[in-house]
Amino acid sequence: MTDHDATPDLTGPDLSESYALSINGRDREVADAWLGESLLYVLRERLGLPGSKNACEQGECGSCSVMMDGLLVNSCCVLAADAVDADVRTVEGLAPDGTLTDVQQAFLDAGAVQCGFCIPGLIVSVHDLLDRAPQPDELEVREAISGNLCRCTGYGRILQAVQDVAAARTAADAQEDRP
Amino acid sequence: MPIARPTSLDDAVAVLADDPAADVLAGGTDAMVEISFDHRRPRHVLALRRIDELRQVTTTSLGVRIGAMVTYGQIERDHATLLPGLAMASRTVGSPQIRNAGTIGGNLGTASPAGDALPWLLAMDAEVELASVRGTRRLPVAAFVTGPKRTARADDELIVAVHVPAMEGPQHTAKLGPRNAMVISVACTAVVLDTAARQVRIGMGAVGPTPLRAPDAEAAAAEAIDWDALRADGTAIAAFGQACAAAASPIDDHRSTAEYRRHAVGVLASRSLTRCLAA
Repeated sequence: MTDHDATPDLTGPDLSESYALSINGRDREVADAWLGESLLYVLRERLGLPGSKNACEQGECGSCSVMMDGLLVNSCCVLAADAVDADVRTVEGLAPDGTLTDVQQAFLDAGAVQCGFCIPGLIVSVHDLLDRAPQPDELEVREAISGNLCRCTGYGRILQAVQDVAAARTAADAQEDRP
Repeated sequence: MPIARPTSLDDAVAVLADDPAADVLAGGTDAMVEISFDHRRPRHVLALRRIDELRQVTTTSLGVRIGAMVTYGQIERDHATLLPGLAMASRTVGSPQIRNAGTIGGNLGTASPAGDALPWLLAMDAEVELASVRGTRRLPVAAFVTGPKRTARADDELIVAVHVPAMEGPQHTAKLGPRNAMVISVACTAVVLDTAARQVRIGMGAVGPTPLRAPDAEAAAAEAIDWDALRADGTAIAAFGQACAAAASPIDDHRSTAEYRRHAVGVLASRSLTRCLAA
């Protein structure tokens, strides 16, 4: 799909942009970047956060999903220099280092992970869904992950994992409410 | 300054007055794809994300003013009662991620023949509000979109809002593609019944260089409808679809053929009219 220029541009882009981003609650400095860099590129190549995956670079696959000011977006479709002042949360920010969220654990338990490439994006989307709709029906789940392409699983175990988390959270809430 | 991040409309139009060649960045879902595929190399970006007045939906006795930076997600979540047809069309755009970023103003600015908001805006006789340091003006959507990805926006002008007249009556939009999400329309329709004026209006997308109306089909359907009961017989509904198909001007491309698009837009037109009448 990518159009490659016949002759490479040997002058290269002008690396002159410097700005600060707020990623997972921390201020991160970006220095000497090119104006056209996407948030995905800056996360992966400049800030050492490779959890957001780069597959399509055109907003089609959802592998680079992040939360920006509380909204699920594709980081490949965000101009990094325009993410200044925004609160960006990546998959790395969901749980402390070395631990898993309940959604991540449920994906493992349900066998929802095959090659794994799409999983970080799916995890971010599913957290966003369950924050908004704690007990989603199947149609809601399918619509919520409709922008996250998985080419391995056929989605069955992913849908199961989401329902497992919803049920476990509901059970935990009921336990808490007991006098 | 390579990127301008104004917080007011006045500052934004001043940036464009200084550099009419600046790349205007709304939700990024079109612009970033062009940049990532090296079809566009930004030299100077005007980012609109921080201008609150572009994010507002406001109502007056005349209708609704939708700020250019209002997203499909906002329409879908917060304005489905006020703008039912636009909310239906918005829900068919891309994915939740795209709908949280993509904007109504961006859809107008890109002016793709398949732009999902455009058929409804055309059917509603919406008007695009443009601003520059020279002042503001309003253009009907039909005059604003001049060709595939071409608009009447002057280089120093910013799309600031779209005005939709108040209208009573049912609305329905339909979209055809290979799946229910993440597709660019093969064909799409927006039908609105203006029950006060007893008019039928249709906007058709992806079946011409610009979104199209079908005046003959609209007039015949308005005659055929029993407006008191909001009913029409099956023959009239089928004839509406055929007349809409005849008014389309589709092409063959990698997404479909002209022949299929013409057939599909007729089916969708009949379906949208049926749903309006059943509602």
